[in-house]
Amino acid sequence: MSVPADLHYTPEHEWVSVEGDVASVGITDYAAQQLGDVVYISLPATGAAVSAGEPCGEVESVKSVSDLYSPVDGEVVEVNAELEDDPSLVNAEPYSSGWMFRVRVAQDSNGDAALPADLLSASDYEELTKSAG
Amino acid sequence: MTPFAGYLMPLRYTSETAEHLAVRRAAGLFDLSHMGEIAVTGPGAGAALDYALVGNLSGLRTGRARYTMICAEDGGVLDDLVVYRLGESEFLVIANAANTAAVFGALRARAAGHDAEVTDATQDYALIAVQGPEAAGILAPLTGLDLGEIKYYAGSFGEVAGRKAWVARTGYTGEDGFEVFCRPEDAEAIWDALTAGGTGAGLIPAGLAARDTLRLEAGMPLYGNELGPDVTPFEAGLGRVVKFDKPGEFVGREALAARASSGPVKRLTGLIIDSRRIARHGYPVLADGHECGTVTSGAPSPTLGVPIAMAYLEPGAAGLELSVGIRGQAVPARETDLPFYDRRQQR
Repeated sequence: MSVPADLHYTPEHEWVSVEGDVASVGITDYAAQQLGDVVYISLPATGAAVSAGEPCGEVESVKSVSDLYSPVDGEVVEVNAELEDDPSLVNAEPYSSGWMFRVRVAQDSNGDAALPADLLSASDYEELTKSAG
Repeated sequence: MTPFAGYLMPLRYTSETAEHLAVRRAAGLFDLSHMGEIAVTGPGAGAALDYALVGNLSGLRTGRARYTMICAEDGGVLDDLVVYRLGESEFLVIANAANTAAVFGALRARAAGHDAEVTDATQDYALIAVQGPEAAGILAPLTGLDLGEIKYYAGSFGEVAGRKAWVARTGYTGEDGFEVFCRPEDAEAIWDALTAGGTGAGLIPAGLAARDTLRLEAGMPLYGNELGPDVTPFEAGLGRVVKFDKPGEFVGREALAARASSGPVKRLTGLIIDSRRIARHGYPVLADGHECGTVTSGAPSPTLGVPIAMAYLEPGAAGLELSVGIRGQAVPARETDLPFYDRRQQR
């Protein structure tokens, strides 16, 4: 199971990658393995306002359906349209071609993206998945 | 891995979709050692099973298998079963893992007064299934049995990979295939031999998730989804397993006879969902916007490429526009005959 060191994570098994004021979001390798083959993803609409910790979509696998949460506050600026045709990208490459949506987040006083304080580091997230078995 | 009826079972080995398609196109290997095996033996074994189950087991020929059910006095299904007649006075009853204790208890109680002994033999058997169009070709070099002589729903004692086994042409996938019952200590050798012999033909190990989508496509009911104490075999469209003309009494006869003449209160049907979302167990089915039934099983069909489901519908729903309430949204669905997949029509 891979947990790239340079990403932020949530207890809902999502990852966040920040470039400037845009955060890219997807689900982790661990989540993809637990879900099994992903068959359908409902993503938020471009332009939609999303709030950290609130559901903004759904991930359906063969065996289950789960809510997709936004890990950050902001406005959706792009969604991964390729997942419409090939949701299995989430299983194959959860951290690259399997990304789900991008959010423009507010900036803090330093001009950096203002991220929620409760995002996890890679090592914290790895601990979490280990304790979950 | 997932906990399942006291066993730790693989939900999938790699991808359940790949495993499903391997069974349809080549072969899959299943570890089904969790299934319950209950031995019913003695001169009165056939008569005891005739009384305990809804089928005619005394009429089953040695070396043959039958799909049947055990019902409560009120006709509700306690479990669906496959029964093998291993010998003149020896039967092996295969129960769902979660129901083994209940089936064993009921069989033992119902066998009282018959010259028959009921034994829970689950720990004496491992069960490995090889299923798919390549199954016979993969198994044949590993056994001295003439597989051509083993017809569908029949079985024979023999050896597989040099280990003693009961080899039956049965399964739960809608494909040709075999179920190999062996001693637990021989299971690994048989699994390894089938893997080594089958990999070149496209055989891969398959988990519970693929097993569920395979049986769903084949229109086969699953206890806890389509079958349970609140339905009789008639609602599930399986009234044919109830043999009213067999000799003697049987548990549930009166209630089942009443249900057979009055017609089922609901009926099991197939649905094709006009969406990419899955209609899952427990979701409501709507007819012209009103609730008229419940989804019992649903999954994406790897063979058909669309979501499929089985559902119980009220009789009044026939011919109406159907939809499934998927988390608050009415998604159009259309009724279709079961099974969704029939290998004899596909090939």
